[in-house]
Amino acid sequence: MQVTVTTRTRASTIAGFAALGLIALGLILPAFASRSLIQDLFFILTMLTLAQLWNLIAGYGGMVSVGQQAFVGIGAYAMFAGVILWGWDPVPAILLGGVAAFLLAIPMAFFAFRLQGAYFAIGTWVIAEVTRLIIAQWKTLGGGTGTSLPREATSDIIGVAFIANLFDLRDAAARDVLAYWLALALAVGTMAAIYALLRSRNGLALTALRDNDNAARSVGVDAGRLKWLVFLAAAAMTGLVGALIYMQTARISPDAAFSVTSWTAYVIFIVVIGGIGRLEGPIVGVLVFWGLQTAFSDYGSWYLLALGLIAIAVMLFAPRGLWGLFASRTGIALFPVQRRLTLTSARPDP
Amino acid sequence: MIWLDTIVQGLLLGGLYALFAAGLSLVFGIMRLVNLAHGDLIVLAAFIVLVVVEATGLNPFLSALIAAPALFAFGWALQWFVLNRVLGKDILPPLLVTFGLSIALQNGMLEVFSADSQRIRAGALESASVDLGAVTVGIMPLLTFASAVAVIFTLNQIFYRTALGRAFRATSDDPVTASLMGINPRSVFAMATGLAMVIVTIAALYLGMRSNFDPSIGPARLIFAFEAVIIGGLGSLWGTLLGGAIIGVAQTVGAQINPEWQILAGHLAFLAVLLVRPRGLFPRAVD
Repeated sequence: MQVTVTTRTRASTIAGFAALGLIALGLILPAFASRSLIQDLFFILTMLTLAQLWNLIAGYGGMVSVGQQAFVGIGAYAMFAGVILWGWDPVPAILLGGVAAFLLAIPMAFFAFRLQGAYFAIGTWVIAEVTRLIIAQWKTLGGGTGTSLPREATSDIIGVAFIANLFDLRDAAARDVLAYWLALALAVGTMAAIYALLRSRNGLALTALRDNDNAARSVGVDAGRLKWLVFLAAAAMTGLVGALIYMQTARISPDAAFSVTSWTAYVIFIVVIGGIGRLEGPIVGVLVFWGLQTAFSDYGSWYLLALGLIAIAVMLFAPRGLWGLFASRTGIALFPVQRRLTLTSARPDP
Repeated sequence: MIWLDTIVQGLLLGGLYALFAAGLSLVFGIMRLVNLAHGDLIVLAAFIVLVVVEATGLNPFLSALIAAPALFAFGWALQWFVLNRVLGKDILPPLLVTFGLSIALQNGMLEVFSADSQRIRAGALESASVDLGAVTVGIMPLLTFASAVAVIFTLNQIFYRTALGRAFRATSDDPVTASLMGINPRSVFAMATGLAMVIVTIAALYLGMRSNFDPSIGPARLIFAFEAVIIGGLGSLWGTLLGGAIIGVAQTVGAQINPEWQILAGHLAFLAVLLVRPRGLFPRAVD
């Protein structure tokens, strides 16, 4: 009798091909899609990326951060600083956002990792507030009221002229296409990286830590190192997303860029409703969230009230989210990270 | 002179923060639950006291006395019907439920009470002051601080002198063994959250009389309360008072240097304490 370990399932093979098809479709979509669809997809893709990153640190790493808006905000401000103060092109300046978020994450982790469990959540929130208050003192970038990207910087972003020619679009629409492509690249890259991480040794260790901290440590998992790794990586990626979002809006203020509602509360709802601790969860969650947003956002705070109540109901009655309900009934996993043992009949020795 | 005055004002402001924090500390100490909606519950209680004042025309203190049983019942029900269902080894569900509650409360209050700033009118008491020789202090801040001391003293008495307090401590130490002794942890938790809501009502009374409030200010109160609890050390109620005082003094000193630095200075004081004493000044709870 021979035993092999496999993660692949039939559903995952189909899903893999479907994903490749979707990515290809996503790439050529601007050729025939309307501008409003591209803008909607930009929103969906950036929220999906933020949700996947929060899911990684909270759902897999067990670190419930309520301070992710710090990385969105600092990433966005670093991009603005690159463009306004040093004359960078906005696209390469997005990378500055990732670097800034990474640098902020080091002291943040240093402080927040001293707090256990639930207090970690508010600790990260405090540090995000401190960052917001300090950034609001940065007068050259508009202080508390914020600022806009200068027109000369947004008018000749790398690649916009090319896209405008390619699809015969006006500059503003071409900028949306560029932002959309970058968002697509970030979303696909982030999900591929998280998937690869979860299937690696480190991912197995991370899942083990989440499921049973003590048992994982007892077989030699270095909990501290893994938490740092995951937290810093997620922070840097979140910074990139923040910079990209504010490249598209081209207008920034501390209250918007460091908004706990937009960049953390929504993200948490997406993950919770879709299913925490699963890669499929945020995908389902972001689609539900976008649907609710399109249908009901005119109702303003009633809509947010309902969103809060829905999140409570999901936690009470379906703690693994919509995808969790579906997966427990069908056993389907589109991104299988679970190792399954397969028994194959013994082969005669050669 | 100005500095002495600043520090005294800060200490008294700390009384308000200690009131914000006492309910949070109580609930955390007993069930290891951090209620992310704590700040919004304070604002909700302030609105309820305001509604009672406007409906009955009574003075704010009597109105708070009327509101307190209703808020106790609300806290009891919240714990019994919602939070008890998600308490467990995994800290994620209660955290996410209270976060959802926070968003729901903020927006619910926005719809019901609008975004306008409100204030609970306390008449002559608002501007009354007393001359203590070196400094002159307002009656209202003095009353807030005295209430914080009274609340914490009473809580300590309940904890160490009553059967309910014994049940609190036993459940906090080991819910399974406590339930073998005939204590129902679920009902102890519900009592604790109800009691926390009574403290929240007292905190809300002073919040509403001392300054304007609107539905959006809850999260900031949560953060101040949290900082006071952490600085004091988890599980130490007197530590919470000291934590509140440290945040208060840091804020008034910061504001004295530059008005824009008030909130930032409080946060930085918190981070400084976290740096040198990660478990707070008087850590009691072990976990």
